[in-house]
Amino acid sequence: MIRRRMPLFSMLIAALATALGLSGPAEGGTETRTWPEIVAAAKGQTVYWNAWGGDERINAYIAWVGDQVRERYDVTLVHVKLADTADAVSRVLAERAAGKKEGGSVDLIWINGENFAAMKQQHLLYGPFTQVLPNFHLVDFADKPSTLVDFTVPTDGLEAPWGMAKLNFLYDTARVTETPGSIPALLDWAKAHPGRFTYPAPPNFIGSTFLKQVLTELATDPAVLQKPAPDDAQFEAVTARLWSYLDALHPQLWRGGDAFPASNPAQRQMLDDGVVDMSLSFNPAEASSAIANNLLPDTVRTFVFDKGTIGNTHFVAIPFNANAAEGAMVVADFLMSPKAQAVKQNPEAWGDPTVLSMAKLDPGQRHLFESLPQGIATLPPDKLGPTLLEPHPTWMTRIEAEWQRRYAR
Amino acid sequence: MSVIELATGQGLTLSQVEIVHPAPGGVRHIIGPVSLSVPPGEVVTVMGPSGCGKSSLLAMICGTLDAALEGSGRVLLNGADVSDKPPETRHVGILFQDDLLFPHLSVAGNLAFGLPAAVKGRRARRARIEAALAEADMLAFYDRDPTTLSGGQRARIALLRTLLSEPRALLLDEPFAKLDVALRAKFRSFVFEHARAQALPTLLVTHDPQDAADAGGPRLQIDADGRVLGGRASGRGHRPGGTP
Amino acid sequence: MRRRGLLSVLPALTLTLFLAPVIAGLIGTWLPAFGYLPALGGDSFTLAPWAMLAAQPGLGESLRLTLLSGFLATFLAFALTVGFLAACHGGRLVRAVRGLMAPLIALPHAAVALGLAFLIAPSGWLVRLVSPWATGWQLPPDIATVQDPNALALTLGLVVKEMPFLLLMTLAALEQVRADERLAVARSLGYGPVTAWLKAVLPAVYRQIRLPLYAVLAYALSVVDVALILAPLTPPPLAVQVLRWFNDPDLSMRFVAAAGACLQLLVVVAGIGLWRLGEILAERLGRAWIAGGSRGGNGRLARPLAAGLVQGLVALAAASLLALALWSVTERWRFPDALPASLGLETWARQAPHAASVAGTTLATGLLAAAIALLLVLGCLENEQRRGLTLSNRALWLLYVPLLVPQVAFLFGTQVLAIQTGIDATWLALVWSHLLFVLPYVFLTLGDSYRALDERYARTALCLGAHPNRVFWQVKLPMLLRPVLFALAVGFAVSVAQYLPTLFAGGGRFVTLTTEAVGLAAGGDRRVIGVYAFLQALLPLIAFAAALAVPKPLALARKLTVQPA
Repeated sequence: MIRRRMPLFSMLIAALATALGLSGPAEGGTETRTWPEIVAAAKGQTVYWNAWGGDERINAYIAWVGDQVRERYDVTLVHVKLADTADAVSRVLAERAAGKKEGGSVDLIWINGENFAAMKQQHLLYGPFTQVLPNFHLVDFADKPSTLVDFTVPTDGLEAPWGMAKLNFLYDTARVTETPGSIPALLDWAKAHPGRFTYPAPPNFIGSTFLKQVLTELATDPAVLQKPAPDDAQFEAVTARLWSYLDALHPQLWRGGDAFPASNPAQRQMLDDGVVDMSLSFNPAEASSAIANNLLPDTVRTFVFDKGTIGNTHFVAIPFNANAAEGAMVVADFLMSPKAQAVKQNPEAWGDPTVLSMAKLDPGQRHLFESLPQGIATLPPDKLGPTLLEPHPTWMTRIEAEWQRRYAR
Repeated sequence: MSVIELATGQGLTLSQVEIVHPAPGGVRHIIGPVSLSVPPGEVVTVMGPSGCGKSSLLAMICGTLDAALEGSGRVLLNGADVSDKPPETRHVGILFQDDLLFPHLSVAGNLAFGLPAAVKGRRARRARIEAALAEADMLAFYDRDPTTLSGGQRARIALLRTLLSEPRALLLDEPFAKLDVALRAKFRSFVFEHARAQALPTLLVTHDPQDAADAGGPRLQIDADGRVLGGRASGRGHRPGGTP
Repeated sequence: MRRRGLLSVLPALTLTLFLAPVIAGLIGTWLPAFGYLPALGGDSFTLAPWAMLAAQPGLGESLRLTLLSGFLATFLAFALTVGFLAACHGGRLVRAVRGLMAPLIALPHAAVALGLAFLIAPSGWLVRLVSPWATGWQLPPDIATVQDPNALALTLGLVVKEMPFLLLMTLAALEQVRADERLAVARSLGYGPVTAWLKAVLPAVYRQIRLPLYAVLAYALSVVDVALILAPLTPPPLAVQVLRWFNDPDLSMRFVAAAGACLQLLVVVAGIGLWRLGEILAERLGRAWIAGGSRGGNGRLARPLAAGLVQGLVALAAASLLALALWSVTERWRFPDALPASLGLETWARQAPHAASVAGTTLATGLLAAAIALLLVLGCLENEQRRGLTLSNRALWLLYVPLLVPQVAFLFGTQVLAIQTGIDATWLALVWSHLLFVLPYVFLTLGDSYRALDERYARTALCLGAHPNRVFWQVKLPMLLRPVLFALAVGFAVSVAQYLPTLFAGGGRFVTLTTEAVGLAAGGDRRVIGVYAFLQALLPLIAFAAALAVPKPLALARKLTVQPA
């Protein structure tokens, strides 16, 4: 699951940064200390982890991580709950603008995509550091390439993966019998059921992901999406299908496409209330855990599109001026440990899929995963369908701006 | 008579006291100049129409003159110049039309507030308060809430409170005005008796000729502009302008 | 004439404390709006940020929403207040409603908005109560009752919260203008009750409530937390949009945001100017109407109408609070059930540890800010009395500055300042930022009572030989105990409700019930929102109840009677 906003950004930021001579040298450089040295330095540190705080189950999981690292490493973890990851990025920027090169207020950020690209570009990140984390080497780089390439931007050791996300749809079997198998089929369904579908307003990350899904599925050549967005003429040509699709879809949406839910939890609530018949999620276990938490009726199930849906990895990164970089690395390593990953994948806790490779684990560690319960509304991994790659962030920057221009006025 | 000569006298002495209101549009005269001396045990009555500045004169003597006003001249108590002293060190007691008993304190609490801190010890203080109440025939009211008392009772408590503070002069700002006729005469004599018994120089501001008649002392008549009139203070009171 | 100690520097200190951050913040916002922000490489003045601002999609719509909801809410709150008091003057209902106003004012805006959102949503409680038996709706209707395209839900939310404030201010003003006497005269000249009030009382009262009214207008034109909950999002009203721009990771948007923040200030200034023009016009027309001599009817129609509307608003606020409480103990409550299917304390149990820490932060900040504000205000008032100064109208305007200047228009500039001085994300910054808004309210609440205390009490006490400090502690303070505690409760309630200041000065490290509740509002679990919003509403209510429950000062003071200071 990714938490962030995607407004106008990378290109502008790059241009601005270059023009204003802001792209100073990275403050940290490659982490060269050994793991025991880092663990020793981390002892007694307080780590301020800036992470999206809008989901109670995730907050509870982070609190559990806090208990664990205190016990194991004597590191105090403070969850700074963000409404938006961009707040933390802005904060680090503001600190550098104010000349604060050390003792920064952010030690660890839950991050990916645009925010990572921006911070990397601006040299606002500590490291490379992931190579020294022992558990990093258990990550499944082969089958989960997005653990090394974040929205087409190489991670270069500047962020450590800790969870996987994949777009899926929730629906209530009590009201919906046939689910659409593709983006064009979704339009037909919406026409047959006016007012019963919607998606969160971009730049909400799920809303943006829905746009990416439409863009990717309708593109004649999805490969161009992996490169930076081209000039205006080409951009218009590639995105024309997206806009004509949305122009056709919006009148069929809830409130005729005049208003959109603010977030996917808001839309989940609408599904529960019966305001709409579908909701979107980045977490395959969302439906099951929502049912378990009395947030959705037990008739809700999950579906994905036949040709696949957008998927990605989420990470943690350390700002260049972190006050407790060692403690932050210890937390990042613990997040990738089999124990923490298994607890996270448990749908009763969070249900976020692991980034680890089962093949690299010993039998005891593997058992942690194999013994996890499978929620009633969760699709098994083999039914989740192919993963479609995230487009280059520059595409979304322009698409979100264009979406605002066309539909939010 | 010069200020130095005045300073030798006992009692309350005012020398060339004048109060003005400096406003942006020009200085406005409030009252004065007033020169007089009130010997111990004598009641001097100040009479004049509303707004002639009588209350300001009293405030000047107590040291609580409104900061917007400007006073000049000297105030002497038993020979000492108190003009620049803060009010709480002047030992000038004042009674207003309203009794102004503190509603958050009991009768005894009000009296204790007036009693100087120099009277030490819970028992000693209590004894002084009880003695004062007994003397006024009000011992039963020791623990009462003052808001439950009658107007006459409250007025007496207010006087006792002032007297307990061991004042060296007593100022009366129409303290009888709000009492009904019967009570008025009674309270008036109550006040004057105490003032004389304690040999307090007393300055009474009033509208009521009967008050002045009862007071028996000299009178000072103020006109609407705050000037002292020819009728002036007799006896040992001083003529306007300070000439004998 | 005497004694000038610490006390005499307090007014200057107080003014500096709460005007300096505002002024610095405004400068820190206006400079970037014209391209000057050396930290981000902007070292020359340019109009580019304004051009970028003008080019933002949806700016016109944002402005329309802002102006519509701001003016409509202020006008409705004003009209309801005047209508109610004119129609029901002196009646039992006014006294009853007056008693309810303090708790209503104490309720944080965000809590009311959250409760209201659930109440009036198409899937909300009101629809649930009548569905499906009366409406036939098995599923919620697809109509826009919250986040509607004309921001009417936002307007309603603002009216529910601002009307009580105006009503209380007007009631206080009525005493000052001796409304009863005016009314008696007008009635004896044959004027109907409502007409008499409008012709003889309103012109005098209006002068007294002008500043509070402007504060309401400024607030309604720049509100963020209520708008986040009740206003449309695509696009949102201007203040919310400015906040979004400021939070944009794209650095260049900072310049746009700064220009937007300045635009927000201009909108408020222009809004107040426009209102003033309306006043002049209304005064002209009103004069002619008053001179016309029409006596008006007996008000038999106006009374139930005005009473009904005001009672309706009070009921709406109460129902909002009830909805929050109910959700917090709900296990499952599906549409269209009128009541939850199952109740339980599980949400409370699960949230208890976190809620306790958040409530602790809220409580500590609120008490600290209110206590500091009270000390400063008492100091200023005492100084004013000892030195015989009276606050001029101009000084009163200064006091209103933090209430008239939109928060988004200066908080960002203030934040940069805080970072540069190294106090950002500290308790100091947090409490200070709250103080900016707590202080004026404490002053406004306490000032009149303090000045209304008969100064002869203090004079008498001085003449009894009490030092001014003893007079302050043993005479004034005990006599003013209730207004002092009430002001403390008001200050606390104001602090609890602060959203933007907590967000900016707290740097994300300090979470209060308000930031938590508003943060969750974006779509979290209604049960959890219920817990935090209910707690958020509860804290100020407890503070008010405590302030009112204090026994008569005499009972306390009796114990101290005989001993001197």
